[in-house]
Amino acid sequence: MKKVVRGFYSVAYAVKLCRPNVVCAYPITPQTEIVENLAEMYANGELENCRYITAESEFAAASILVGASAAGARTFTATCSQGLILMSEVLFNAAGMRLPIVVANPNRALSAPLSIWNDLQDSMVLRDAGIIQVYVESNQEAHDMIPQAYKIAEDKRVMLPFMVCLDGFKLTHAHEPVDLLEQSLVDEFLPPYRPEVYLTTKKPVAFGCYAPPNIYMEFRVAMQRAMERAQGVIEKVFREWAEFSRRDWGGHLEIVYPESRNFVIAMGSLVGLLRKVVGELRKEGLSIGLVKLRTFRPFPFEDLRRVLGNAEKIIVIDRSVSLGYEGNLSIELKSALYGLSPEIISMILCLGGRDISKENLEKILRNAVLGKEGSGFKGYIEFEEVVP
Amino acid sequence: MRFFGRGHGACPGCGLTIAVRNVLEALEGKCFVANPTGCLEIISSQYGKNAWGVPYIHSLFDNVAAVASGISEALKAMGREDEGKVVVFAGDGATADIGLTLHGMFDRNHDVIYICLDNEAYQNTGHQQSALTPLGEATTTTPVGKIMLGKMGRKKDMIAIALAHGSPYVATSSAVLPADIRRKVKKAAGIVGAKYIQIHCPCVTGWGIDGKEVVKVGNLAIETALYPIVEFENGKLLTVRKLKDRKPVEEYLKLQRRFRHLFTNPEGKKIIAEIQRIADANALKYNIDLKK
Amino acid sequence: MEIKINIGAISEPLQSEKLKTGDWGTEWAVVDKEKCTACRVCEQFCPDGCIEVKKFGDEEYAVVDYNYCKGCGVCASVCRFEAIKMELKELFKIEVC
Repeated sequence: MKKVVRGFYSVAYAVKLCRPNVVCAYPITPQTEIVENLAEMYANGELENCRYITAESEFAAASILVGASAAGARTFTATCSQGLILMSEVLFNAAGMRLPIVVANPNRALSAPLSIWNDLQDSMVLRDAGIIQVYVESNQEAHDMIPQAYKIAEDKRVMLPFMVCLDGFKLTHAHEPVDLLEQSLVDEFLPPYRPEVYLTTKKPVAFGCYAPPNIYMEFRVAMQRAMERAQGVIEKVFREWAEFSRRDWGGHLEIVYPESRNFVIAMGSLVGLLRKVVGELRKEGLSIGLVKLRTFRPFPFEDLRRVLGNAEKIIVIDRSVSLGYEGNLSIELKSALYGLSPEIISMILCLGGRDISKENLEKILRNAVLGKEGSGFKGYIEFEEVVP
Repeated sequence: MRFFGRGHGACPGCGLTIAVRNVLEALEGKCFVANPTGCLEIISSQYGKNAWGVPYIHSLFDNVAAVASGISEALKAMGREDEGKVVVFAGDGATADIGLTLHGMFDRNHDVIYICLDNEAYQNTGHQQSALTPLGEATTTTPVGKIMLGKMGRKKDMIAIALAHGSPYVATSSAVLPADIRRKVKKAAGIVGAKYIQIHCPCVTGWGIDGKEVVKVGNLAIETALYPIVEFENGKLLTVRKLKDRKPVEEYLKLQRRFRHLFTNPEGKKIIAEIQRIADANALKYNIDLKK
Repeated sequence: MEIKINIGAISEPLQSEKLKTGDWGTEWAVVDKEKCTACRVCEQFCPDGCIEVKKFGDEEYAVVDYNYCKGCGVCASVCRFEAIKMELKELFKIEVC
């Protein structure tokens, strides 16, 4: 059923179709509307076998889901920005306990200065947590990603939390036509969550045991292996989804114009604009293709080496920065392509909701391909620092 | 079937494990235990050496009330409430200091029996002060020095906080009163909502007492009215453990290394007098003294 | 494979029982079965759950499991019938010349 809806509804409605047992969150802009929509469904009795809990903080919300997930419940929360980093202690813990909690994160900048607007800094903080991170380009992709997220996270070979990252405001508050899924289709695709081990008096086990030096490392190795296995599981589930829904979003990567000599790589909704820009630049005769990175964790380094290993130039568009070094995706890509020869130009733009026009983006990409534009921050006003 | 296995790593004479065993037996093992980081967690939940015979979860230091709330709600959502009660065993630090999620559990009134095992300091990490450390206690973070004689503040009134949240059942007990613990836990198990029971647990290492003195010291805390044993249902005071001959606080203090300086330092007398005033105020507040 | 590990460090129940803590202390609790009335107070107090009242024919009295007794003395301190004594372990009975 195709409807024009906003991003938060497309996520909330998909969550409902996945039949969660416990939904728990704390309001934060621009996430709030996701859980408001779920609260409305709950109030109307549309969420069966489900408890919706209004937590007193994101920290509590994630903690409640740790208890619920360990007890065998399918769980959902949404948060972003300060809320995500307030949750971070719990999310690292949930990953270590191998609890397949699904989190929707409408990406938002981090304070200070306070900004409710979009960039990707918040989810980068969780990079090392053992949480699967997928970035979506559109509200349809966000809608489709939720059932896939549960299926991947709950796979016995994986058992890790899953974070669906969608750009705050740019997607969450945008009206887009979305083909809303049918319950029967989701039920067929996503089986009920039946963990092999959970908290029950019938077979009492202990979750969250501590590990002394003689055994701690093994559990971290096991998490790394689960992430490595997740690469294959993600690919399989993505393919399965393409057959199920007849919408093929690609694998870890989507490659547009694969035969190009130069590439631009980015994540999230900016890819939509880049499709147009790259199209225009190709009309000018430039050999430029586009790589949309969908899976950020596990990082698909082998796919990237295969696709980008022989490129002349790669322009990395980052919307977050590791202060004291450079753009986060750029760091990752350089590491993935180690030993190969493409020139990598790292561009950091659109921080804290700063817009970039199609013309401007075209200009900097054109110049970068022609060797007239280097790495660094783009699209800011030159300033002098003063002490007030 | 044992609910808490032997071979755990608690110090000889540990008050916590007396309390835990009695709580679990009162519930006949039909429970889910959530436990934050602390003494109890460390002595019972090493990987491969788990002491628990009931389903157990440790997540973090600061989130146990929320974790327990999540278990309780999940059981409801999945129609499994009859499997057992959700019980928290948390230390005083994890409850009164870093336990950020306690007020949310009370506020939403999740069906949880929250048990605070109060040994009056962070004993697991070597005796640092918590909000439930009493006045005058020497800890490693409130040491005795030239200008400071141990903790110079009061013990946080968690009972009042629990009551202010409208908790349907609030009580205190002591590890040296196993029958009292069992009765109160059974009572709490029959009440829906977020219950709070604070159990005074003598700590041999932190308090500086011998195992043989655990019961005596624990009883003296009650007999001096420094640890009133009370019980509230729906905000109304239900029972108080009364005293015929209330003992002076010195009798309790002098047996413990943590208060030793109060008897050697010339300024110690003033603090003992202040501790006596706290005991007197407790006795008055709960009408503890039986008329002769 | 040298070892097996459980996903998420989940542990099976009551594994602590394989750790024998009976060698921790210098003393052990010793029950005088003549004095013991099988009132079970010591059972409720033992921090280690290692003293239990058992039946032997017509007799009933508390028995200490020396695999686990840490010698804390709590049981002896709560016995109203003075039926439990703390005794130094043989190992520590050293003659001083």
